[in-house]
Amino acid sequence: MRVLAAMSGGVDSAVAAARAVDAGHDVTGVHLALSRTPGTLRTGARGCCTIEDSRDAWRAAEKLGIPYYVWDFSERFQADVVDDFVAEYAAGRTPNPCMRCNEKIKFAALLEKALALGFDAVCTGHYAKVVEDADGRKELHRAADWAKDQSYVLGVLTAEQLEHAIFPLAETPSKAQVRAEAEERGLSVAKKPDSHDICFIPDGDTRGWLEDHMELAPGRIVDSQGTELGEHRGAHAYTVGQRRGLHIGRPAPDGKPRFVLEIRPKTNEVVVGPEALLSIDVMEGIRPSWAGLPPREVAVMPEDVDGRSDEFPVTVQVRAHGDPAPARAWLTRQDGQPRLCVRLDEPQRGVAPGQTMVLYQGTRVLGQATIDAAFADRAAAAAS
Amino acid sequence: MGAPRIGPMPTPRVYMDHAATTDMLPEAVEAYVAQAQRGGNPASLHSGGRSARMALETGRDSVAAALNAEPVEIILTSGGTEADNMAVLGLFRAARDADPRRTVIALSTVEHHAVSEAAEWLATHEGAELAWLEVDADGRVDPDDLRELLERRGDELALVTVMWANNEVGTVQPIAELAALCDRAGVSFHVDAVQAFCAVPVDAHLPGISTLAVSAHKLGGPMGVGALYAPRTVTLAATSFGGGQERSVRSGTVNAAGAAAFGAAVDAARRDAHAEFVRRTQLRDTLVAGIRERVPQAVLRGPEPGAPEDEWAHPTRLPGNAHFTFPGCEGDSMLFLFDAAGVALSTGSACNAGVPRASHVLLAMGVPEDAARGAQRFSLGHSSTPDDVAAVLAAVAEVYERAHTAGLSGHVPGFAS
Repeated sequence: MRVLAAMSGGVDSAVAAARAVDAGHDVTGVHLALSRTPGTLRTGARGCCTIEDSRDAWRAAEKLGIPYYVWDFSERFQADVVDDFVAEYAAGRTPNPCMRCNEKIKFAALLEKALALGFDAVCTGHYAKVVEDADGRKELHRAADWAKDQSYVLGVLTAEQLEHAIFPLAETPSKAQVRAEAEERGLSVAKKPDSHDICFIPDGDTRGWLEDHMELAPGRIVDSQGTELGEHRGAHAYTVGQRRGLHIGRPAPDGKPRFVLEIRPKTNEVVVGPEALLSIDVMEGIRPSWAGLPPREVAVMPEDVDGRSDEFPVTVQVRAHGDPAPARAWLTRQDGQPRLCVRLDEPQRGVAPGQTMVLYQGTRVLGQATIDAAFADRAAAAAS
Repeated sequence: MGAPRIGPMPTPRVYMDHAATTDMLPEAVEAYVAQAQRGGNPASLHSGGRSARMALETGRDSVAAALNAEPVEIILTSGGTEADNMAVLGLFRAARDADPRRTVIALSTVEHHAVSEAAEWLATHEGAELAWLEVDADGRVDPDDLRELLERRGDELALVTVMWANNEVGTVQPIAELAALCDRAGVSFHVDAVQAFCAVPVDAHLPGISTLAVSAHKLGGPMGVGALYAPRTVTLAATSFGGGQERSVRSGTVNAAGAAAFGAAVDAARRDAHAEFVRRTQLRDTLVAGIRERVPQAVLRGPEPGAPEDEWAHPTRLPGNAHFTFPGCEGDSMLFLFDAAGVALSTGSACNAGVPRASHVLLAMGVPEDAARGAQRFSLGHSSTPDDVAAVLAAVAEVYERAHTAGLSGHVPGFAS
């Protein structure tokens, strides 16, 4: 196959490209320029997309003897990932920019361009597995190394995208093994530190970055009855489940700590309350997508009516490095818009709108949706 | 784990990027190797030093002769960028020190970054004010704009700087006219002639030219060597300090082998300058006509070249330059597809990460940003052949089709750059 290897300049994507070459593919390396104003040097362990990273990727491509190009996706990245990130926070939600990047850049803009230019697939250094079912259809599964598994951030991929995705690190037992292999192959990135978190916030200070990129709008901190408890400098600085840094002078009547329960963008209020109110057992998500064939219960659901599919068992994960929680899921339609719903077997705490819930069955990724409501099912609680 | 594989690089390679750098001429390689083997520091007083000095000065003589200048007027540098930097910084500081009111730098909107970034640096750090000379749709400066500026702010101008010929679209500027205006107003005038030197006739002694920068590797010499023409009457503030070489403006041991090779390349280029100019112009014209025939949507940017003999007498465009924008195509898609077809060329501009962005030259010419993203610069040189042109023409239609299908995938329409 003609394969386009996305090379960030890190060790994972370099080894992934090397394995694609070994597998006999005709591989071309490409580095995505994502920053409008790339820095010259990498600063510390974090971040990527500097000119140094681009050079590292080029050196790896030279070592592998593959052609290498730098393609500019900085406009798309700014519009679809960075601006979206700010807009989501401004709307009181907690987005995952890596998922947006996979959804909009790596497996959309880049993949489309690659296919148009005559490539068959895009290869990345993600730790995840694509397997074929009995009928030759592609499924997305967790990587062999669950500690490094990145199937969560790939949960947005559709069947069509999976047809053209190659993840050569799928079966790697550990990151240490990837580094050893890089060393053995003479790749200079073997010892390069990992990048973490959000690539366009290289120092990891998301709050500080948001303050530089958003209008700060002071507002009220209230309890769930609406009583004002204090003032905040900007609602973006708060995350559902947060306990520290609320700076409320008065203690709660019961003397217990308060937590952020909700951000209300319309009134610019941060709602706080006792830990008990944090726990939720129902999550509803919008814009669901299926990573391959949808579950049978969904597939047999009539297309054109509002309704509810039968329930199906899943495990659900709401953050990249979270534990999967057993649950039952179903799909509903409201005014023609699909809505993916999940009832957790055990309540969870601190789930924020904007987060993505990824549904699994065993190691297989079923699909995902963006959470827009998470609550404790009080009717069920009252009935019990 | 397999040994590193050699990628499927197609052969033969067709090189269409001579404006980036061109192959070293055999004469230059020979001169370089001869001096590198002999060795010696040109500043040493013993026989080894004298022989190095001889190689160096012979090179300088050749560069001077080709510029219609005196050897003493040639300051050898590490390349075109250093020469441009020295001129812009040096002329600005000298003018301002002589008269504190002179803080304005006039420059065209299509200058190479070696000039514009030096001017921007002076604006940020030394209080310079930049007065931009705009260009028309062909990328040409209007002498009337400079005349008007000189009348209005002549006693505030520290220097005027305009390139002889543009590196992207090949436009040749009306240098004689611009220089004459500066001469009459008594304002220093720097010319970046890196692309023009040995491609079109360049005369450093035109009235009004204060300094002029050239580079060896654009004409068949080695990388890492260039020169600044600066007559005795021009005061340049030093930009490097040390042993006082090169009129104490540019200290540091001079690259003797490089200078010798620079001179050898210049001599070789001068020997059949007219014949080579006509040959290259004709090749370029075949290329332009062939691309237009195969891809009628393609738009030639820069001036429409005249007949070869007219161009020799009054050049409007560099003989080896053909620059097109392909509507609906991303420049880097085309570059990739041409590279895969064995044709090496350029999108015309590259930022420091090697990322193609809409070129400041095209934007200055009024080309919309969408169109500017589909730029491809074909540049021919001394080693270009009719087969090279044929290879491009054999590939261009399919490259265009495919790149057009890929579209402007990285581009967000209306996105502010």
